[in-house]
Parts: sequence; C-alpha cells; structure tokens
Amino acid sequence: MSPARAPAAGLPADDGGGDPWGSATIVPPQTIAGRALTLVIAIMTFLASLTLGAVTLIDDAARAWTSDIGRELTIEVRPIDGVDLPGEIAKATALAQEFQGVGRVHALTDTETRRLLEPWLGSGIDLDALPVPRLVVVEIDDPLAVDLGALREAVAADVRGGSLDDHAAWIDRLRAMAGAMVAGGAGIFVLVLVALVLSVVFATRAAMAGNSDIIGVLHFVGAESGFIAREFQRHFLLLGIKGGLIGGSLALACFVVAGLLTRQSAGMPGADQITAFVGGLRVGPLGYAAVLVLVFAVALLTAATSRWAVHRSLAEID
Amino acid sequence: MIRFENVGLRYGMGPEVLSDLTFHLPPRSFHYLTGPSGAGKTTLLRLLFLSLKPTRGLITVFGKETTRFAKTELPQVRRRIGIVFQDFRLLDHLTTYQNVALPYRVLGRDESSYRADVIDLLKWVGLGERMHVLPPVLSGGEKQRAAIARALITKPELLLADEPTGNVDPPLARRLLRLFVELNRLGTAVLIATHDLALMDQYDARRLVLADGRMEIYE
Ligand SMILES: Nc1ncnc2c1ncn2[C@@H]1O[C@H](COP(=O)(O)OP(=O)(O)O)[C@@H](O)[C@H]1O
Ligand SMILES: [Mg+2]
Repeated sequence: MSPARAPAAGLPADDGGGDPWGSATIVPPQTIAGRALTLVIAIMTFLASLTLGAVTLIDDAARAWTSDIGRELTIEVRPIDGVDLPGEIAKATALAQEFQGVGRVHALTDTETRRLLEPWLGSGIDLDALPVPRLVVVEIDDPLAVDLGALREAVAADVRGGSLDDHAAWIDRLRAMAGAMVAGGAGIFVLVLVALVLSVVFATRAAMAGNSDIIGVLHFVGAESGFIAREFQRHFLLLGIKGGLIGGSLALACFVVAGLLTRQSAGMPGADQITAFVGGLRVGPLGYAAVLVLVFAVALLTAATSRWAVHRSLAEID
Repeated sequence: MIRFENVGLRYGMGPEVLSDLTFHLPPRSFHYLTGPSGAGKTTLLRLLFLSLKPTRGLITVFGKETTRFAKTELPQVRRRIGIVFQDFRLLDHLTTYQNVALPYRVLGRDESSYRADVIDLLKWVGLGERMHVLPPVLSGGEKQRAAIARALITKPELLLADEPTGNVDPPLARRLLRLFVELNRLGTAVLIATHDLALMDQYDARRLVLADGRMEIYE
C-alpha cells in the first residue's frame, strides 16, 4: 500500500488500460502434468549427465594410461643356470641404449626388485634362490624413432634369457575395454534420451487430450496447427529448462563431490589404485562442458518433441 | 458462395439425418434455418463449417468443392466463417475480452490493432462491464453474447449461428437480431438456425425448413 499506488485504486477496472492478455496463456499451465514431467526430465538429465561424465572419465583415463605405458618398455632377463645374470643385464642395458629414440635405460637393482615383489612374496626374499626375472626399464623419448622389431630381435639374439615386453597386449586390452565402456556409455546415453523423448510424447498427448475443448475452439476460430503447437510447446520448453537445470546441477554437484573425495582420500590405503586406474574420479572440464550443453539440448529436445507430438496428433485427428 | 447438391449425411451406421439437400447461399444473403428439435440444424451447420463430411453429394464453399480442400487450407476457410455454437464454447480460463479477441490472437495480430474493436463490440453487445470477467461467472445470456461477439469480431463473410437467441429474453433477442441484420447490411451472409418463430417474424428472410431429413425453402 505505497502512497504512489493509492490513486490507481480509485480507477475503474475496465478502462481498457494495461495488458488485457496479461500472463494469460491459451493452454492453461495447470492442465499439463508439469511437476511429474519436470521430475522425469530432471532424472533423465541427471542419468545422462552421469553417463557423460563417466564416459569422459574413462576416455581420459585410458588415454593417460596408454600414453604412459607406451612411453616405456621392459626387457625381461630370466635367470638361466650357468649364465652370468648381471652380465646379461649389463648387455641388455648397453644394447638398448644404442637404439635411436631411447632415453634413460635403467636396470632395476636387487633392492628395487625386492620392493616390487614384496606385496606377493613378503619381505626378506633371497633373490638368488628364486627364478625371478630381472627387469630393465627402457624409457622412450621418441616413440616414432624406435625400431621395436629390431630391438626385439637384438634382445632375443644377444641376451641369453632375454625378451622384450612392449606392453602392446596390455595396451590393446585396455583400449578394447575402455572402448567397450565408452560404447556402453553411449548406448545408455541414447536410451536415456529416447526414454526422455517418449515421456515428453506421452505427456504432450495427455495434455492435448485434457485440452481437447481448447483445441476444438482454436480450430474453429481458424488456428493453424503451428499456432496450436506453439501454445503447447512454450509450456514444455519451460518444463524442459527447469528439469534440465535441476538434473544437470545435481550431476555437476556429484562431479564436484567425487573430485573432492578423491583428492581428500589421496594417500589413504586403496586410493592409489583408484587414482592409478581412473586418474582420480575427477571429471575433466570437457565433462562439465558436456553437461551444460546437455541441459540446453534437453530443453530444446523437450520443446521440439512436444511440438512434433502436437503436429502428429493434429494430423491424426480428421 | 455456398452450394449444396444432393447432400446426404448419416452418423456412423445410423439413418440419414439429412438427405438430398440442394440449395445455394449467395453472398450477402440472410437465411433462417428452422425445423423441430432433432431435425438436423446443428448437423447442417457443421457441414457448412467443414467440421463434418457429407456421406454423399457435393458441397462447394467459396467456390471450391469441400473434398478438394487440403487439411492445411481449413484454417483459412474457417477464418472467413464465423460460428456461434449452441453451447458457446468459451474458454473458461480466459476473460470475456480475451475470448472475443481470440480469433485475432490466433492470427498473430498485434494487440493494439484490435483492442478498440474488441472493446467497442463488447460494449455493443452489452458486455462492456463484463470484459474482465471469466465465463463461469457470466449468465447464459451473457455467454451467448460473448460467443456471438467472438464470431463477429473478424467480420467474417459468412456468419453461422446455432440457436443464438435460445438463452436470452425477448428484448435482448430483438437486439441481437438487429445486430445480425446490421452485419448483413455491411456485407456478411447470415444463416441463423432457430426454432423461435417469434424471432423469424421480426425480420423477413428466406427460410430453410428441415423436416424428416428433407429441406423446404420458403421465400
Ligand atoms: N455426433 C452425433 N452422432 C450421432 N448422432 C448424432 C450426432 N449429432 C446429432 N446426431 C443425431 O442427428 C439428428 C440431428 O441432430 P441435430 O443436428 O443436433 O438436430 P437439431 O440441431 O436440429 O436439434 C438427431 O437425431 C441426433 O440424435
Ligand atoms: Mg441443434
């Protein structure tokens, strides 16, 4: 009741001033099962976002892994009775060093080998008593310059008990696994979107059935299908934006929490394995960007689907 | 403007509600459509409005045979015809003003281009004070007038009215009839379906009389 407004109260209500349409919409919003659909859209967006996040996570991790492993080779030297093991190791080291593109070459010392085996064999192992192969780690500076075939042949020919492991089988398996997971994720993503589209189609049809009187009136005052579709679409666009934002923000919150948790648990038992495997549950900027794009895509998809559904059912009525 | 040739109509497998109708509605003409309740007046109006298809015969509307209209052409045709339904069909969540302005809204016209017209027409039919009220609080006669105003607002070439005086008292019925006559003078063809003999006596016009599915025409 501010003083400035007081005089207006005395004017007649029907002076034709103001906007006679006001916020009135031809299809009343309360006739559309908006809350249920918003919830469905939010859930679908959330699931689709998590899938997207997981896919980018796996993809990043696989890339990191393969490039890390690809930059390292190992020459395995198995102890053979009557052969001087340290001599063969030294030979292998020298041989690898001569190849182009090879960086540091480092034979694991006994202490390092023992530490490597500790988790399996316990501490205080006598290496000489066991037929444990020794490893020579060959770091690659320039993967393109290295002639792997020649190196393998040279190792096999000159080092007794020696063999080259370029982790190719590992990398292949890892790639295949990551590829399968990404494909699976993409499949889930598509299914979620299909379910979203179907929900919107059903909701639109229900809204149209509930408003058949209004549609009838619009038809006889000469409305074209496009006009009717727009009147429905505006509601669904709003629901799509709402649901998309809710689902998307929840997913982003999950990403942030997961990132914080991995950071916090660093150094705790078990955490290293997770970090080593997936590079931390830290979704990269690409994942965040993808979710933002997804939210808008969901809103547009919802609106476009409802528009299409209206056109379809209007075309069916004859 | 509208021509019926041997038109017959049945609902589903039922008997023929209308048979062998042949007549012509010229532009700027004024007709009554009469007959007892259940004679098929509403059905005939729906045929004219292209919301029913004849089971036989030919209907020509604005020079084109109705079966040749594509679905996308129907809105254009309906904009040239105003119709007042017996049950009004006002949208209950829109005000009287908004209901009457709906045909313009559907055309995408700018509010300022029609606001004065809508207000004038509402005043003319005696709804000036009821402009911002929702239909559920209107009386039967007020709804009737709102429905008529909505049909007239875009000055259609043909006005179809189904029992337009069924819910109003005689003085208002006379006033509405004067409105239709005035509209007719301005060039709109008018067809009023009614069984109100007193109304037809007020203004002389051609009468299309339906009985037993057939039509007789009285000049
Ligand atoms: N949708 C419909 N389905 C089946 N029969 C109908 C339908 N509408 C009207 N009828 C029948 O057609 C006949 C004519 O009805 P109607 O055109 O409403 O007559 P009027 O308007 O002259 O009272 C009636 O016998 C009525 O029962
Ligand atoms: Mg009737």
